[in-house]
Amino acid sequence: MPGADKETDLSERIEAFLSDLKRGGSGTGPLRGSAETARETTALLRRVTAQARWSSAGDLMEIIRKEGRRMTAAQPSETTVGNMIRRVLKIIREEYARSRGSSEETDQQESLHKLLTSGGLSEENFRQHFAPLKANVIEAINELLTELEGTTDNIAMQALEHIHSNEVIMTIGRSRTVEAFLKDAARKRKFHVIVAECAPFCQGHEMATSLSKAGIETTVITDAAIFAVMSRVNKVIIGTQTVLANGGLRAVNGTHTLALAAKHHSTPLIVCAPMFKLSPQVKNIYIYLSLSLSLSLSLSVCVCEILSKVNVHCPVFDYVPPELITLFISNIGGHAPSYIYRLMSELYHPEDHEL
Amino acid sequence: MLADGPEKTGDIERIKNEGKELTKEEKQRLRKEKKQQKKNKEKKDEKAPLESEKEKKPASSSPASQATAQPPTQKASSGVPAPAPVPVAASEAPSPVDKPAKSKAELKAERRARQEAERASKQSKKGEVGQQAAPSKAKAPPSELQPVVKRLPEHIQVDNPEVLKKLAKKLERQQIPLRSDYGYKVSLFSHLHQYSRKAPLTQQLSIPSSVIHPAIVQLGLQYSQGIVAGSNARSVALLHAFKQIIRDYTTPPNEELSRDLVNKLKPYISFLNQCRPLSASMGNAIKYIKKEISNIPSQCKEEEAKSKLQDCIDCYINEKIILAAKAIAKYAIEKISDGDVILVYGCSSLVNHILCEAFEKNRKFRVIVVDSRPRLEGREALRRLVQRGISCTYVLISAVSYILPEVSKVFLGAHALLANGYVMSRVGTSQIALVAKAFNVPVLVCCETYKFCERVQTDSFVSNELDDPDDLIVTRKGKTHLEHWQDVSSLGLLNLVYDVTPPDFVDLVITDLGMIPCTSVPVVLRVKNVDQ
Repeated sequence: MPGADKETDLSERIEAFLSDLKRGGSGTGPLRGSAETARETTALLRRVTAQARWSSAGDLMEIIRKEGRRMTAAQPSETTVGNMIRRVLKIIREEYARSRGSSEETDQQESLHKLLTSGGLSEENFRQHFAPLKANVIEAINELLTELEGTTDNIAMQALEHIHSNEVIMTIGRSRTVEAFLKDAARKRKFHVIVAECAPFCQGHEMATSLSKAGIETTVITDAAIFAVMSRVNKVIIGTQTVLANGGLRAVNGTHTLALAAKHHSTPLIVCAPMFKLSPQVKNIYIYLSLSLSLSLSLSVCVCEILSKVNVHCPVFDYVPPELITLFISNIGGHAPSYIYRLMSELYHPEDHEL
Repeated sequence: MLADGPEKTGDIERIKNEGKELTKEEKQRLRKEKKQQKKNKEKKDEKAPLESEKEKKPASSSPASQATAQPPTQKASSGVPAPAPVPVAASEAPSPVDKPAKSKAELKAERRARQEAERASKQSKKGEVGQQAAPSKAKAPPSELQPVVKRLPEHIQVDNPEVLKKLAKKLERQQIPLRSDYGYKVSLFSHLHQYSRKAPLTQQLSIPSSVIHPAIVQLGLQYSQGIVAGSNARSVALLHAFKQIIRDYTTPPNEELSRDLVNKLKPYISFLNQCRPLSASMGNAIKYIKKEISNIPSQCKEEEAKSKLQDCIDCYINEKIILAAKAIAKYAIEKISDGDVILVYGCSSLVNHILCEAFEKNRKFRVIVVDSRPRLEGREALRRLVQRGISCTYVLISAVSYILPEVSKVFLGAHALLANGYVMSRVGTSQIALVAKAFNVPVLVCCETYKFCERVQTDSFVSNELDDPDDLIVTRKGKTHLEHWQDVSSLGLLNLVYDVTPPDFVDLVITDLGMIPCTSVPVVLRVKNVDQ
């Protein structure tokens, strides 16, 4: 039966996606950027909407929540998956409300008071059936997909507003967003970039070679030299893995030190993060590398005999508090860290924060 | 009044990097040359603009006759230690032997007028780089505020072709090969040398090398390959090599030991400097030895003198390094309490000694060793501590803000303590001090007094050491991204060795004289100078 085929096909795809996520996190599979993950998640959710069997918005939301819980469990550190699921849930709520003809949703964004009290007010159960709901939801998800595809370009377009000529810019590790940002500015302006290599993986090396091939004057420094050279740096531009609801960051290891050094020298810290990285909830701020991986990277074979008596820590991410951040540049423009909570409330519905 | 620094004229080429007292004959010769040059200059003075005169160094040196003292503020306003050559001031005005036509008073007035004009023009051109011109310097006022005018060391003037030429000539005379720079240098550091470890200086030496003692060749190689590293280790190795040289030394006929031995040491020191720039501790040790050698009375027999010098060296090592370490350990152990979690960075022999001593005295603590690429010296510290039985944790420097909430104290070693209270140490130390300050964790720096240095520095750029840039290349996941970095024209690798930590990050400095705040370093230096 065609229906059953579609279902098995759908569940196969979901399983494949889950195993990809699991492998990506353990370091054995191919590393994928978060934009890619976001797009794949959204495409998968569109497929679920199209092929799964549901009669009302509530059913659809249940299905998506269930799949979403499995996906986030497969790879807890990959927060874009959870973010996309919450976006889609919000889309469904909006489409449902529009189909019903009510405009209550829009009033909710008006005041902080409503934001706080709106959580308990909703008595919707999303049980009504609307025929065009499916098509509307799929169309909205398509819009979301287009938005996702354009995020890097939208951010890069703003580069010239923030970089003047003969600047010295510092960055850490490897971020595709920042790479595109700097390359776009380099087409019109001449500036110098200092890349901190970010041990133990040294992703900064790849970033530096890529930038220098684009003709940007690049220097690679070790993590230890960040504070030493910070006095000559005009701006610090970094990417991040996740933006938290308070305006803080969960970024690659070493970013907190970089942010402290920038604060000490009063150098502005600019974070280039697309909107899909905004996450209302993060379970563990610090994620460790698995022990074997961290050992092989940090220590070498010659100290094997003392390894049994030594603890080795190798955190993957750092928490950066919002006081150290000057500006967020996202695909919808620039924001101060204090505004992030507002954007969060526009993107996600408060009830979806807990999947 | 005799000044410390040698005169910087083109003729005097036997100048070392360290300040040194010239012998009486040399000083007389200098004075004569200066007079000659001044006479030649006065002839073109009326036509030539004052700017060109400024470039010629000895022009303005007007010894003792000039009553007005150079205000020290002018030098301070130039920022970087003013490279003004000190006029070897005679106690009275040079007799106008060459100018019988003018009287003394007229000459004085002329000179004074010229100097005022020079000073005015110099102030207007303050921004000139590589200024080696002499401000019109009078005899120093007879107070304790000696205007300590130092010459700029050569190793931070690599971007000045004149200085490079002078260095090349000097090394040629001493028969030491010149080491050439390697690789693309980051523009911010174009004033420093950058050498490759794969091209040691010893490859260019002829065998057998008659000029350089084999102990020094071995030492130079050990320095440049990083086999002997760490300021204490380098100083001790240097002093032992000097002992060997003194043992093998014989005074040539018609020469005095006190003068000849010092001259013999100069090419060795140039060679070592070429292998790896001298550290502050080594500089102080060399100054001490030279002083001891020059103080040998001329009627002393050679054997006696040699044994006396060797005793001096042993005494120096014992007092300044070994006993100092014991004293510092004693003070530091008071600061370690049971249940402490102590963070250390890299491999400092002194800090390791302190921790081992504290462990012997049955203090209960555990250690977190922070390490950084590319040297990864923390592994050595880890090995030493674990062998003693101390429980350790190991992290890389990027994880320091993750681990700091657990830490109760930070112990750091130092390479040198500068006169303005800044701590010069391995690169990364200032970063750790910064993060520790942000988390309110006390930072204690342990440093022997022989590493105190009269230089001042505010950032890590003006004077530093650039290590081999190829050290940064690493293979991860089978790919070596930076392998062909030299082929890409806009890519540079920076491998700094030292950085300076501002005194507000440091809570306490533990020295063999006691526990002092960072800002008391010039007081200690002054006390030491008075003692000597």
